[in-house]
Amino acid sequence: MAEPLKDEQGTQTHPAPKPKKSSFSIIRRQGMVVIFIVICVVAYLLTPDFLTLGNIRNVLRQVSIIGLLAAGETFVILIGGIDLSIGALVSLTGCIAAGFQGHGVFIGVLAGLLAGAAIGLVNGLAVAKGRIQPFVVTLGTMSIAQGLALLYTGGYPIFDLSDSFNHIGSGSIGLVPIPVAIFFLVYVIAYLVLRFSKFGRYTFALGGNENATRLSGVNVDRQKILVYTVCGLLAGLGGVVLAGRLGIGMPTMGTGYELQAIAAVVIGGTSLAGGRGGIVGTILGTLTLGVIYNVLNLMNVTAFYQYIVIGAIIVIAALINELGKRYGG
Amino acid sequence: MATPLLEMQDISKRFPGVQALDQVSFDLYPGEVHALVGENGAGKSTLMKILSGVYQPDSGTIIFDQAPVNLTSPHQAQRLGISTIYQEFNLVSTLSVAENICLGDEPNMVGPLLVNWGAMRQRARLALTLLRADFDVDTLVEELSMAQQQIVEIAKALERKARLVIMDEPTAALTGAETDTLFDVIRSLRQRGLGVIYISHRLEEITEIADRVTVLRDGHVVGTKALDEVTLPTIVRMMIGRDIDQQFPVPARKRGKPALSVRNLSRRGVLDNVSFDVYSGEIVGLAGLVGSGRTDLAQAIFGVQRADEGTIEVDGQPLSKASPVQAIRLGIGLAPEDRKNGGLVLSLPVSENITLASLDKLFSSPLIIHRREKLIAEKYVEELRIATPDVGRETLTLSGGSQQKVVLSKWLLRDAKMLILDEPTRGIDVGAKLEIYRLMDELATRGVAILMISSDLPEILGMSDRILVMHEGKIVGELDRNAATEEKVMMFATGVYANG
Repeated sequence: MAEPLKDEQGTQTHPAPKPKKSSFSIIRRQGMVVIFIVICVVAYLLTPDFLTLGNIRNVLRQVSIIGLLAAGETFVILIGGIDLSIGALVSLTGCIAAGFQGHGVFIGVLAGLLAGAAIGLVNGLAVAKGRIQPFVVTLGTMSIAQGLALLYTGGYPIFDLSDSFNHIGSGSIGLVPIPVAIFFLVYVIAYLVLRFSKFGRYTFALGGNENATRLSGVNVDRQKILVYTVCGLLAGLGGVVLAGRLGIGMPTMGTGYELQAIAAVVIGGTSLAGGRGGIVGTILGTLTLGVIYNVLNLMNVTAFYQYIVIGAIIVIAALINELGKRYGG
Repeated sequence: MATPLLEMQDISKRFPGVQALDQVSFDLYPGEVHALVGENGAGKSTLMKILSGVYQPDSGTIIFDQAPVNLTSPHQAQRLGISTIYQEFNLVSTLSVAENICLGDEPNMVGPLLVNWGAMRQRARLALTLLRADFDVDTLVEELSMAQQQIVEIAKALERKARLVIMDEPTAALTGAETDTLFDVIRSLRQRGLGVIYISHRLEEITEIADRVTVLRDGHVVGTKALDEVTLPTIVRMMIGRDIDQQFPVPARKRGKPALSVRNLSRRGVLDNVSFDVYSGEIVGLAGLVGSGRTDLAQAIFGVQRADEGTIEVDGQPLSKASPVQAIRLGIGLAPEDRKNGGLVLSLPVSENITLASLDKLFSSPLIIHRREKLIAEKYVEELRIATPDVGRETLTLSGGSQQKVVLSKWLLRDAKMLILDEPTRGIDVGAKLEIYRLMDELATRGVAILMISSDLPEILGMSDRILVMHEGKIVGELDRNAATEEKVMMFATGVYANG
């Protein structure tokens, strides 16, 4: 590079912009940690059973599938997109895996994952190459995936899955349930990818400013296609684990999961506008949702109230994120 | 001039870590255009935000129309008759001109729920007539040119019975002819007894339109002068606090081999059979009016737009398809006209913007090594004197000049051989401008080829080794550095001369 540019007196001619203490993504994330801890303390005070090992395992097992979906959804939302198809994809891929596991567990799992990735690929192609809004694309594929699941199963559950397939959903490695192990593994990988890989960098860049990212020579279309494919793949993984846990493949078993996954991402502070947020927030968002469900169950609150409480939590979390943005600097 | 319309006395405002304004006094008479100049960060926008009710001062008094006022909200300032025309217009692009002019203040009929469209159109038409603009009030704002949109903004202010209009860089996006029209509008505001506060980085304009000028530096008033008792160099000196002996560097550049060869490039309705070369070590200025096809040419070369016909070669290698990926691989870099939209991801840190175009070159594996990235970015921040406390800072927080330097760093790191700079100093203060000129000269001296698009004629004349002038999609003139004058460039740009 050139010689340093100094003017004659070597003076700094521009005052530095007024200091801003830290980027608010960090504040939001710490805010999220605080909220999560507060909720856990409240949960413990309300129902001391909350902190038993059995219950904690239970909470983790319950959030693991939504967590897998939320991880994929985080990538999609970070690039400024949305994927509504993942709930229906859980149904479809779970049924496909259940249908194929008769040829061996590996074949079953592979079929489920491939089906998820394939629909994700279609989503990505339609968004990147077809220039269709992601909301519309995935609204369409949500319906298509649901239809395919019903068509594939004829509308009836698939029973009599092999023990080794069911093991994926209900087995444990030592104390850790296998779904929980998968869940944590996926989050560690997702964290490393977002923080340390070019793929992760391009994800943030694309969501922050698509035009500038394209003009920097990044293959924006490919990035979008990959992100939607990954999201579909993780939905496939969620479907496989869910089928294994329930021991059946049901054509409507993932209905509504996409909204819970999106809620977990939003509670975790990732902006629906794209470019800001991350996977640490999402895991906290997922766990927060799980703990709240759990406590409401332990306290025998009826499901009717649960909907209301969860809805309120989503809006409050979004409000806290917004206030953090406004006053966090 | 009798009593002042506005007196701001000893206004101080502190933000965390910086005294933005320190006992600043400013006044304005009815029928006066008072220019406010200073580098970015000098306090101009803070002062204007206080006047428009966005910020409240820590101390000081504001007297408007002989009564002390306490401006607590933009709404209240507007009601008093203080209107601000911002750089980015506050118009709703999908509504019509009439709807925009009356927005929030629509005439009603029957009851408060129905809009009286006839009265609304009439009011809009009246406001436009006062500004001698004659476009249809039913046109959607998105169909208007930038200049017309600005007139709509001013008409909106008039409609609201504005008595004081603040204009922040009103000519930044205008062509020469549009600027003249705007000045006519400002003169008519002056005749009607309104006060105008005019903020601009283009000092030539200030000598043309303003009655007085106030110079701010680091939150202080350096001085207030009548325009007939002060020269441009004096104003510049007051702004930056030192002499600038040489605005443009004296070139000692050597022209090398052709770096970019464009032949017969056409795109329907935009580019018409464009051919030219840029040699390494050369700065070529591309002049022309807005809409003459300059930016389209840049985008066609960089692969953003597809050309219908023609060839582009970089260092003898043809560009085979319209793709920024390929253009960058062959060594082209583009600093687009609109930095915030096309040049930078503002939500990313400075360091990540600097490396964004070079990650594949810097790191052969899919992983990024943060320590190395940070060191690289710090090198550029130091060398280009980018004003940021650290490279992890969000790019959003930087000044315009520093942001432009981040864009340049991105291409320097990529080692671009051919730089296309579209309006490289637009909206940038004088000090940073000089640094960018010096940097351009240094790069060209080291053999980089530079194609500089600019609407700023002194900049085109001062920086370019050769000047190409576009008019209606064609290159209509080529001028050598020594032969070029502002007049000649404008003759080509306006189509008076052809094929010189």
